[in-house]
Amino acid sequence: MKTNVLDAEGLRRTINRLSHEIVEKNKGVQDVVLVGITTRGEYLAHRIAKKIAEIENKNVPVGVLDITLYRDDLRGRLDQPILKSTKILFDIRGKIVVLIDDVLFTGRTIRSALNALMDIGRPAMIQLLVLIDRGHRELPIKADFVGKNVPTSHGEEVKVSMSETDDEDAIYLIENGRKEKKQ
Amino acid sequence: MKLQSRHLLGLDGMSKEDITLILDTAISFKEVLGRPLKKVPPLQGKTIVNLFFESSTRTRISFELAERRLSADVVNFTALGSSVSKGETLKDTARNIEAMKIDMVVIRHASSGAPHFLTRVVEANVINAGDGAHEHPTQALLDMMTLREKYGKLEGLRVCIVGDILHSRVARSNIYGLKTMGVEVSVCGPATMIPRNIEALGVRVYHRLEDVIPQVDALNVLRIQLERQKSGLFPSLREYHRFFGVTKEKVDRAPKPITIMHPGPINRDVELSADLADGPHSVILEQVTNGEAVRMAVLYLLGTSN
Repeated sequence: MKTNVLDAEGLRRTINRLSHEIVEKNKGVQDVVLVGITTRGEYLAHRIAKKIAEIENKNVPVGVLDITLYRDDLRGRLDQPILKSTKILFDIRGKIVVLIDDVLFTGRTIRSALNALMDIGRPAMIQLLVLIDRGHRELPIKADFVGKNVPTSHGEEVKVSMSETDDEDAIYLIENGRKEKKQ
Repeated sequence: MKLQSRHLLGLDGMSKEDITLILDTAISFKEVLGRPLKKVPPLQGKTIVNLFFESSTRTRISFELAERRLSADVVNFTALGSSVSKGETLKDTARNIEAMKIDMVVIRHASSGAPHFLTRVVEANVINAGDGAHEHPTQALLDMMTLREKYGKLEGLRVCIVGDILHSRVARSNIYGLKTMGVEVSVCGPATMIPRNIEALGVRVYHRLEDVIPQVDALNVLRIQLERQKSGLFPSLREYHRFFGVTKEKVDRAPKPITIMHPGPINRDVELSADLADGPHSVILEQVTNGEAVRMAVLYLLGTSN
């Protein structure tokens, strides 16, 4: 069973609203930088930056963060994750970093990302933006900006398709889509 | 993606996919080296021993920095002033160190095959940091990373390795790796320093630098071991320099600039002239930086695979 959670239009509107929320919360985009977590967080960050440029007439820097080296499950996996490159070509010291990911689930990716960011520099503040919050947190982590709350069961999978890498813009909830991970 | 083997013993037989995986991973680690805080956590809790039975400065430092930057715990063992000088065998040394619960071993040894032997007596991942005249895989990987970075690809490049091919593990690893990646490889040196039948590895042999220089994109200039002169392989350093020393005058005859590589340490104005070593087409220091990135990649890929 595959249920559509957001279609292309819905995704576009959600990104618009999230962009406005970033601007509103930070009273403009002075000192705001966006950091997307590879791969879809990166595409989201670029779309949001484009929208913010329209709203505020200002370009916010966009960086890309790969969290592989900071994962807590790096060992004991059968498939070794491919290491991608972190590209943050600006100083994050003293900046407001909006950390961007597609799906917030256990919170472990965000924990890794926070550690990775702290090793790169000392931002004034980190805010978290996620497109989908599907619940089931295993760590005390909460998003500042949420595209959509989607209550899920543990075995379901949230599939985010983005035209940058997939053939459409859409988000689906797939029943029994998630292979049970060994604990 | 995972490497085929849990050890890195050499590039002989290593697949194109594995070499590409290491080189791609190294690019990510080069980014880490550009950060103010050059340390990442993936090997936290892993213990690595550097077993250096042969003197080495830069390879050992490069490995040690790579290990520390991946947050591993590092122990150094050098043969001089150790139990080896009391007559302990390699097997006993290795098994004793393993009994101290280590996860990975980086070994440099004067005997070809020492790392291979080690894989049969210890459980740890073994990385060859140079064994006799056999292989020095991380050196060849960093050479390939440097070339790929400069030209965007390896396939179709033309590289000549210049110098004492006979005694060089750097040459052997480079030949295996470069051939796998589709590079046209040649060697150039005095007849006494070119192994017989080396053509069987698919390389062309030249005995005059003037003949090969117009045919290549890069020269990988090997260090001449000064003590080889005593064994009569070449008459004098001056004569070696005149015929096989890579100089600006000789490379300037090429139709386009030639990239100059050297695994170090350089004998300035013997195998390579100082103006070329410090010139605009020298990538020698880039090789050193890439060496660290490549070693981090190898340690990471092997250390997190089990």
